[in-house]
Amino acid sequence: MKSRSCLIRGGHVIDPAARIDAPMDLLLRDGRVAEIATPNKIRGGADEKFDARGLIVSPGFIDLHVHLREPGQSHKETIATGTAAAAAGGFTSICCMPNTSPVVDSPQWVSWLRQPERGAMLNVFPIAAATRASKGAVITDFRELQRAGAVAITDDGKPILSDDIMREALRQSADIDLTIVQHAEDTRATQGCSMNDSPTAFRLGLRGMKASAEASIVDRDVQLAQQFPGARLHVAHLSTADALKAVRRGKRSKAHVTCEVTPHHFTLTDESVGEYDSNFKMNPPLRSASDREALIVGLADGTVDAIATDHAPHALHEKLVEFERAPFGITGLETALALAITRLHRQHAIPLSRIVELFTSGPARVFGLRGRGSLARGSFADVTIFDPKKRWRFEASKSLSKSHNTPFDGWQFIGKAVVTIVGGELVYRSQ
Amino acid sequence: MIQVARRSLLSIEHLQAPEILALLKLARRMNPLKPRPLLRGKRVILLFYEPSTRTRASFEVAAKSLGAITTLIQASGSSIEKGESLLDTGYTLRAIGADAIVIRHPCAGAPHLLASHLDVPVINAGDGMHEHPSQALLDAYTILRYKKTFKGLQVAIIGDIYHSRVARSAIHLLSKFGVKIILCGPPELLPDVATTLATGVRVTRHLEEAVRGTDVIMLLRVQKERLAGLKIKLSDYIARYQMTPARLKLAKRDAIVMHPGPIIRGLELSGEVADSPQSKILEEVQNGVPTRMAILARAVGKAR
Repeated sequence: MKSRSCLIRGGHVIDPAARIDAPMDLLLRDGRVAEIATPNKIRGGADEKFDARGLIVSPGFIDLHVHLREPGQSHKETIATGTAAAAAGGFTSICCMPNTSPVVDSPQWVSWLRQPERGAMLNVFPIAAATRASKGAVITDFRELQRAGAVAITDDGKPILSDDIMREALRQSADIDLTIVQHAEDTRATQGCSMNDSPTAFRLGLRGMKASAEASIVDRDVQLAQQFPGARLHVAHLSTADALKAVRRGKRSKAHVTCEVTPHHFTLTDESVGEYDSNFKMNPPLRSASDREALIVGLADGTVDAIATDHAPHALHEKLVEFERAPFGITGLETALALAITRLHRQHAIPLSRIVELFTSGPARVFGLRGRGSLARGSFADVTIFDPKKRWRFEASKSLSKSHNTPFDGWQFIGKAVVTIVGGELVYRSQ
Repeated sequence: MIQVARRSLLSIEHLQAPEILALLKLARRMNPLKPRPLLRGKRVILLFYEPSTRTRASFEVAAKSLGAITTLIQASGSSIEKGESLLDTGYTLRAIGADAIVIRHPCAGAPHLLASHLDVPVINAGDGMHEHPSQALLDAYTILRYKKTFKGLQVAIIGDIYHSRVARSAIHLLSKFGVKIILCGPPELLPDVATTLATGVRVTRHLEEAVRGTDVIMLLRVQKERLAGLKIKLSDYIARYQMTPARLKLAKRDAIVMHPGPIIRGLELSGEVADSPQSKILEEVQNGVPTRMAILARAVGKAR
């Protein structure tokens, strides 16, 4: 469907940014939304027509937290395979983390990620490192990185622990309106830990990360952010009730604080680790049932701004080792929507419009991605069409990601992306 | 769920009480002085990623007493040093013709990983902070030499429980037989979460309370390096938690003192306690051989 115009008819449009939750038709033309109108009101022809009856038509999904592993770790994932998996999950834009080899800490690498040779199937927005090689010592040139196309700054995987560096990062953030993403973990308190501090960790004889190691960093960051009006602080993969409380406090103050939650943290608990299954090992780790319940409340009440996958592919041989030695991380692009619908919508009665918000306008606002996250006329023609009632079974072996390290192999889900359109072009259509 | 080779021994947690009793019964029929060729011609590989004296020697003597051929592989001086993964090492040993692999490893869950990918019985000889099943079985064997039954028993476990695989296995085993278990140690070495491990487990910070009226005292080694990183001073630990003759008097008159070894005299116990008639520390080592003969026979041999 490589066409200049496309009419999507008969679907139910949910566009929280435009306060639309109604049957609507949508006309895309030349990579933009040309018209959105009540059914059968759009006149004139279109090169392509798509019948969306029974389906939800939504702004294209945005994932704020993806590890595409290029440059340097293409045995785990490439931009081509990672974006293919993202398209199958209904995403039209993904933001990729800089903890590659080498670390994306220069404008050259940011530009490299955006070159057409990388074979991206959809919008890839690089997030650049906050310090050189993410070593936490020498701050990078945020302005240059932003000019090259970085949409945010982070040392993800390696938190910014130094108060001075974090203060300076937030100061610059306020100056140039660029979001600082923090992986909130006091690594001085989590040495040698491979899961959440819990009865399960004690039973398995594994050292546990305490919730306080996350909350203490969020607390500090929120306090620092309050010192710089206009600074944008974003808490990555927030996983504990206490850290969520710190974000709430920040939001009540004048600080600009946002946060994301992953599907695995609102679905699983530390008990799922079972007998040392490294497909349940990620950082932050799966937490307690009460943490999970708190996250679901935060997702429902608006405290949480976005659902982000923290898609972190690893090769089989890297994961098939002693639990304590296995790398942190799981894949997540193809299961995110299904988990949100199955767990949040069906099980916890969170409205579909709120779920769409968490995948679209929520994340677009976090990084200030203009023209994304809405279907308002003139927006980019990024559209996700999904079936909220489709029952299906996820099989890791059929994943489009290069890696299959998922805890959800064989899970029965409700809800699936049917069509993914990026800039007016079809990039995914389910079988 | 991947199937684990049927006769592996990975943990006490997942054994049923009757299986434990059957193993102990089999152990009582084993006598290292009267070898039985139950494992004649079988190859038992001892795969040790960590240093060990008693467990390794005990498994080796046990295997040889049953007529098996044993081979020792240690991390240093093997391909493990060259970066071979645990699973690749396992596949290699299977290709060589291993009939059983006895593994000691610094990582919790390593035996489980091996067993879930190999069709060879795997015996856990200690994995990280997780479990040390053969130690728990030989301790149970020792207890039953002095106490007729587990019924109504009270056992105090004292020391560094957090880091101890011996403690975890012992707690699981004793709990399955309704034993009242009192854990004692400073919070840094004994977090409150320990009570969630099994039923019938209580925590106290006072040694006197733990020992009073108890039938069995199990002491654990305290590593000085571990105390170094914590708030507790060595002298304080000794003052509060060392087993002394005066404290031993608080226990039942026929109480026994146990310790998995190696013991550090003057730290977790005084020399007098170590050498007292109530101390069964060396007998535990001795009982390790028939217990491990039973474990190996169950894993490889025809004996039931």
